[in-house]
Amino acid sequence: MERTDPELIKAVLGGDTASFEPLVQKYLPRVFATARRYARRESEVEDIVQEVWLKSFQKLGTFRGDAPFEHWLMRLTVRTCYDFLRSHQRNRETSFTELNDSETDWLERFVADPAGASDEADGAKQLVQRLLEQLSPPARLIITLLEIEDRSVKEIAQITGWSVPLVKVRAFRARAEMRKLLAKIAREKYL
Amino acid sequence: MDVKSNGAMNLELLNQKLLAAARRRAPDDRVPYAFEKRIMARLASAPVPDGLALWAHGLWRAAIPCLAVVVLLGVSSLFVAPETPAASATPASSELSQEFENTMLAAVDQPASSTEDER
Repeated sequence: MERTDPELIKAVLGGDTASFEPLVQKYLPRVFATARRYARRESEVEDIVQEVWLKSFQKLGTFRGDAPFEHWLMRLTVRTCYDFLRSHQRNRETSFTELNDSETDWLERFVADPAGASDEADGAKQLVQRLLEQLSPPARLIITLLEIEDRSVKEIAQITGWSVPLVKVRAFRARAEMRKLLAKIAREKYL
Repeated sequence: MDVKSNGAMNLELLNQKLLAAARRRAPDDRVPYAFEKRIMARLASAPVPDGLALWAHGLWRAAIPCLAVVVLLGVSSLFVAPETPAASATPASSELSQEFENTMLAAVDQPASSTEDER
């Protein structure tokens, strides 16, 4: 019979390290998916994931069990991703004149017919990825959680450990940062 | 061409479209082969944090600034003391030192006086 998360955690805390492996196996895809939202290179993604699991093993004693283990783990994952963004924030400033063909094509289509430009196109997906990479770490985290993952301000506050007013302030700044980048595209490409 | 009268692109719509594109881009949740084994191997090789060792390490680190403060105070007392021989003999400072000594030795003095009273 498959053991539940609380049973596995209890066993690990009791000294049975091997009981940690089923937890790793179960939640590894989720942690990888989250890490891939913040890091592009696969080696960086793997580093983040490894750090998440090492931290979770070391901090397992602080897991109180009043919420599902998955929530606790995802909080730890997002915080580790945020630390990664902060430590890799160099060279964010790039020019939008270096857009690839696919991104440029999509922008051309958007300019010609804003409503008709498909948001399913690869060009749009690549362009938004490029934009996100140029945001500051807090702005990127907020835009990802609030606008892309569609989480509430309260949820974000719980995940990040920031207060609700701080999340609101950072969301306001993040949107302003995003608008500034879009204005830069418009200026560099079409003016 | 959807260009606003001020010459700007429709940035709000562009923002919405790009965020919609990001929402459609579901992150890849593939796991490299035997990655869990790699994590378990890392856990096994990772040194177990020893609370006592951490405490000892903290004490050692604190010892260095404490020693520096002691040396500084010692050196400063060497230089300051000869300059104020009169000041140390002033009644106020001698009273203070006397009171301090009395307070410190009160516990030692008391039992002696109480035993005398009993006699």
